[in-house]
Amino acid sequence: MNTPDLHPYLFLVVLLGMAMAFPLIPLALARLWAIRFAPPRPGPQKNSTYECGIETRGDPLVQFRSGYYLYGILFLIFDVEAVFLFPFAVSFLGLSVGAVIAMLVFVLLLAEGLAWAWLKGLLDWK
Amino acid sequence: MIDEGLQNELARQGVFVTSLQELSNWGRSNSVWPMTFGLACCAIEMIATSMARYDIARFGSEVFRPSPRQSDLMIVAGTVTKKMVPQVIRLYNQMPEPKYVISMGACAISGGPFKEGYNVLKGVDRFLPVDIHIPGCPPRPEALLHGLITLQKKMAGEQLTGPGCARSFDATAPSEFPVPVLGAHDLIPPRNDAVWHPPLPKRNE
Repeated sequence: MNTPDLHPYLFLVVLLGMAMAFPLIPLALARLWAIRFAPPRPGPQKNSTYECGIETRGDPLVQFRSGYYLYGILFLIFDVEAVFLFPFAVSFLGLSVGAVIAMLVFVLLLAEGLAWAWLKGLLDWK
Repeated sequence: MIDEGLQNELARQGVFVTSLQELSNWGRSNSVWPMTFGLACCAIEMIATSMARYDIARFGSEVFRPSPRQSDLMIVAGTVTKKMVPQVIRLYNQMPEPKYVISMGACAISGGPFKEGYNVLKGVDRFLPVDIHIPGCPPRPEALLHGLITLQKKMAGEQLTGPGCARSFDATAPSEFPVPVLGAHDLIPPRNDAVWHPPLPKRNE
């Protein structure tokens, strides 16, 4: 077979062209179709923000207090504890002494975090 | 425009001839995307229609869009209270053309069993150009499917350009319908006279 001596990366150029044409041709066709058959009829409501049929009220740029993140972290203590305490309680009688001690260390570690936050005064909303 | 007899003759020979308009109508009438918009118990029937047993996907309308920006069809499924009317019309205004309205159930058609109620709109066609009315209280899913098929037939016969074209393709038609305000006693205005043309009552003298 006798192939012409082409640049080894020519196929990339061809693929690039195809990748450009693939979305652009339908978009151009849709644009042409819109000009011919679907006259645009914009309006103040049609162009406004969609908000489930209710008009948007107030300033959308609302700020949340950054202090909230501390409560988010403290919530995680109880969250993680609850997740692990349930299986712990279910299989409590069948556990070895080592496992119980390991679990107690884990729970106390979390409780220590709460105590630390408490001593720091994080539970007072300032 | 090709002669219909010639078109049939060609179709018998295996040559399919169509116009751009028919092609477009065929395409859009078979992919009507309704808006996820239920107002009352008719919405339960609408939901059942979209599920596996009745399977509205057979008719290309399973894509219920949660935004008016992406939907073609508003199924007014249920009782339209006067408090809800401004929101309904605002949502309709926000839908892109071409758009259609199905008035599903007795309530959406006329107020239904709540017609005498002080807070119920007596038919959504007082404010919106309704294409298909589906009677029933509530209509069964088959009735909604039939309504959809009727709408598809209507869409298939629509003209895209020139005089006599459908409202959605008319550049001179208004793009939005006025949204009424909920007043102390009734909606202000109580109806849109540009849309609502009730037949005059016939009285036997």
